Amino acid sequence: MKAFTYERATSPEQAAAAVAGRDGAKFIAGGTNLLDLMKLQIEAPTHLVDLQDLGLDKIDATRDGGLRIGALVTNTALASDDRVRAQYGVLTRAIVAGASGQLRNKATTAGNLLQRTRCPYFYDTNLPCNKRAPGSGCAAAEGFSRQLAVIGTSDQCIATYPGDMAIALRLLDATVETVMPDGTGRSIALADFHRLPGDQPWLDNTLAEGELIISVTLPKPIGGRHIYRKVRDRRSYAFALVSVAAVLHDDGTGRVAFGGVAHKPWRSEEAEALLPQGAGAVVERAFAGAAPTDDNKFKITLADRTLASVIAEARS
Amino acid sequence: MQFDAPAGSNIFDDARIVGKSTPRIDGPNKVTGTAPYAYERHDVVADQAYGWIVGAGIAKGRITSMELTAAKAAPGVIAIVTAPDTQPVGKGMDNHAPLFGGSEITHYHQAIACVVAETFEQARAAAALIDTNYDRSTGSFDFDAVRASAPRSGEAETLGDFETAFAEAAVQIDETYTTPGQTHAMMEPLATIAAWDGDKLTLWTSNQMITWAKESLGDILGIDSANVRVDSPYVGGGFGGKLFIRADAVLAALASKAAKRPVKIMMQRPLVANNATHRQATHQRIRLGARMDGHITALSHQNWSYNVEGASGETATAQTAKVYAGANRLTAEYCATLDLPEGNAMRAPGEAVGHLALEVAMDELAEALGMDPIELRVVNEPDAVPGNPGKRFSDRNLVRCLREGADRFGWSERSATPAARREGRWLFGVGVAAGYRGAPTCKSGARVHLADGRIVVETDMTDIGTGTYTIIAQTAAEMMGVPLDHVTVTLGDSSFPASAGSGGQWGATSSTAGVYAACVALRRQIGEVLGFDADDARFEDGSIVAANKAFRLADAGTLSAEDTIRFGKFKKDYDVATYAGHFCEVAVDAYTGETHIRRMLAVCDAGRILNPLSARSQVIGAMVMAAGAALTEELTVDTRFGCFVNHDLAGYEVPVHADIPHQEVIFLDTLDEIVSPMKAKGVGELGICGPGAAIANAIYNATGIRVRDYPLTLDKYLDRLPAIA
Repeated sequence: MKAFTYERATSPEQAAAAVAGRDGAKFIAGGTNLLDLMKLQIEAPTHLVDLQDLGLDKIDATRDGGLRIGALVTNTALASDDRVRAQYGVLTRAIVAGASGQLRNKATTAGNLLQRTRCPYFYDTNLPCNKRAPGSGCAAAEGFSRQLAVIGTSDQCIATYPGDMAIALRLLDATVETVMPDGTGRSIALADFHRLPGDQPWLDNTLAEGELIISVTLPKPIGGRHIYRKVRDRRSYAFALVSVAAVLHDDGTGRVAFGGVAHKPWRSEEAEALLPQGAGAVVERAFAGAAPTDDNKFKITLADRTLASVIAEARS
Repeated sequence: MQFDAPAGSNIFDDARIVGKSTPRIDGPNKVTGTAPYAYERHDVVADQAYGWIVGAGIAKGRITSMELTAAKAAPGVIAIVTAPDTQPVGKGMDNHAPLFGGSEITHYHQAIACVVAETFEQARAAAALIDTNYDRSTGSFDFDAVRASAPRSGEAETLGDFETAFAEAAVQIDETYTTPGQTHAMMEPLATIAAWDGDKLTLWTSNQMITWAKESLGDILGIDSANVRVDSPYVGGGFGGKLFIRADAVLAALASKAAKRPVKIMMQRPLVANNATHRQATHQRIRLGARMDGHITALSHQNWSYNVEGASGETATAQTAKVYAGANRLTAEYCATLDLPEGNAMRAPGEAVGHLALEVAMDELAEALGMDPIELRVVNEPDAVPGNPGKRFSDRNLVRCLREGADRFGWSERSATPAARREGRWLFGVGVAAGYRGAPTCKSGARVHLADGRIVVETDMTDIGTGTYTIIAQTAAEMMGVPLDHVTVTLGDSSFPASAGSGGQWGATSSTAGVYAACVALRRQIGEVLGFDADDARFEDGSIVAANKAFRLADAGTLSAEDTIRFGKFKKDYDVATYAGHFCEVAVDAYTGETHIRRMLAVCDAGRILNPLSARSQVIGAMVMAAGAALTEELTVDTRFGCFVNHDLAGYEVPVHADIPHQEVIFLDTLDEIVSPMKAKGVGELGICGPGAAIANAIYNATGIRVRDYPLTLDKYLDRLPAIA
């Protein structure tokens, strides 16, 4: 870990300006991913702007019947909120499928979205990784790739977005509200928030320098059966091989998003329109153009079978 | 004391403390943070500086340069010890990969430097400033590529004419099983504090074998081992990974010399898998030939493994000569040389993974014969050691383990037809496996002190989480006729009498027998002081009754005695071992292939169980480790870079609580007169011999799918699961 300076932000605008105005500055909230990466010197910020005094820890109803979740609401608080549990069950289920109780107590809503999209080679500073050391190559493409992305990859990077919460947020058409260093704000659809690796795999999302998330908004509830199925090698504290977030209605329509398969939460509105035809049709469309490795091509079969199981569960 | 004949009846047959479930006497210390582990021993020596290990970034080649200027100038840095500037250190006991020194790199994350600073953070930050350049050379890292040309290690063991008998057998099984590399993943990584006082070196460390450690340090550092003191009273798990001296201890000693201060080092978790030792991968071919009535006529087990130059492979055939009858036999080990990190002992070396193959092959044979897998094992129960018919078993109750386990587990409800039991999306199945693990003994010494009617035991024996403190206290309390809380046990210090140490599941019976020997000597001294014949006396409740006269223990004053138990040659006529019947029920998701263990049962035959409470803990821990081996644990080799890629506890998945819902352990009430005066055998490794195969067999019973490539992850059979609607 490199030495760094530290300040406590006093307002979102001040925080954004503080990070934008300084090379190598970063925000810190729960720190559950950033601190790990700093210890390995994969992240080496020169200055940390701590957000803990900003409030931003409330969940408020919006005028159009949704919920606005403060950026610093912890994963535990969000998952256990009565309104979330009752009306956005897939979000609660996704959150509690992730990490561990200790981590969820500390991790925040915005921080969870910003955990690094990653790969075993990203974590070993001796080995090539374009995400960590641009231009060094992708060791995973012909290496240990069982956990990694099968679609939306590039020849630069096949890392997977590891989170669970964002898969449900993507399913629910959440939006991310931010404040810019100049004090203006904007709203980013979750669909556009995370990015594919392309030829800039070191960029995980579309935030600008210094842009700070202040909240995440859920549109009004959509009803239906809410299911989150995370398939993994062990039953806790493991990333998904494949996860399926779904909201399914009695008429066979619904929404579906996949985790563990791409550099971002993976949802295809075209594909989910095929839900009444069953899992096979949805997965075939959602994974059209997939480029898996020999080690991870099973994920497409697994996505198909997991979605079939989810549909069967919704019907039962 | 010489143990030269079967034990006969002795004090432990009427024991009041030994053999009773006893909460660990060090438990309160452990749960209140007052049982300090090596890295936490802040008070043993003043002025401790922090060391950080730098691991090589390549697997094979030479260091061409190390730029240290920035690191030396970094805040808080006291000293930097580098490999190119250090003569290669010597080799310790059973130490094959180089520990430190010179420019040659022979495996990934080999230690190449140690940075010493005032704080941990400063040492770590400075270490990242070292710029090392290498001249990479081509290494051999791919086990599959070299396996076929691996030379045989040792002689093949043959009996009768295997090839002919196998060819003529009515039923034949010929299958290959593979197991991956595994890492110990103990909770406490390797850690040491080192301090020099002139030419005397003290190491506060985490080590299973104190006497070996002390001697090895002399050889490694080129100093007189008499000048070395090793102290390791608490060990946060070892599993064989702490049997021998590793880089943490070597670097702490060298760095302390360079820094002229005590230095403490804990090997960072991401370094442990590649820097230290691991259990190597195996490739096992098993051929079984049997008559239609189930009797095995031909049995062959060939195992291919690897290691660094000059070291042996993971000897997966270790149990095969002992378990099942069969007149015609062939067992052989082959070992390739690779440039991977050193393979070395991990819990039940050889046997743990040997069972993953042999006990599945038996399941396959049972199915081919249309026999119940338990009946097949019973039919093939041998009268003498099958691979060495001149040798007898000391006490063997494997059939009882299987029969009593079957009753307890509800085995009769098993469907012989696989994939026959489905509830909703879950496919249910049960599996069984036998377990065999040798029960060796090693000479073991102890010293016992009497003062004010209280007893203090000193031995360099270790407690690696197993419960040694407690069984030694029980033994001394029993022998001296005092309550348990009148016994203080001190362990792990090389200034104490040399013990058997903790390894190979020999520790419990050997170390308590050593304490028994010392207590016999102390009783005789007390007899001389108070005037009675100690060998004919009863020590009870702080009193002694001898020849109808009563004495008070406290009246004997202050006395000390020391002795060592030594095990005689008569034992060589026997195979002394432990046995188990392992049972498991699993549910496999018919859609996704996820395996959920529902319940596990182990019925164990290990002679007298000194403390059923801690013995149970050992067995259930081993069952968890076996579940990991069966279902999730795998060190993945990147054959381009020559390293284990998943070298942390996020990437190397050991089971979590949610994976292990229910475990039961039953101990048979057996006694083994041959093993030691305690008639007790260890269980720490028995528990990992078999449960993994029981899980694999249960998955087959649930799904009808046989996977022979461990771990049994769902990607290996997803396409063979029932079609989805």
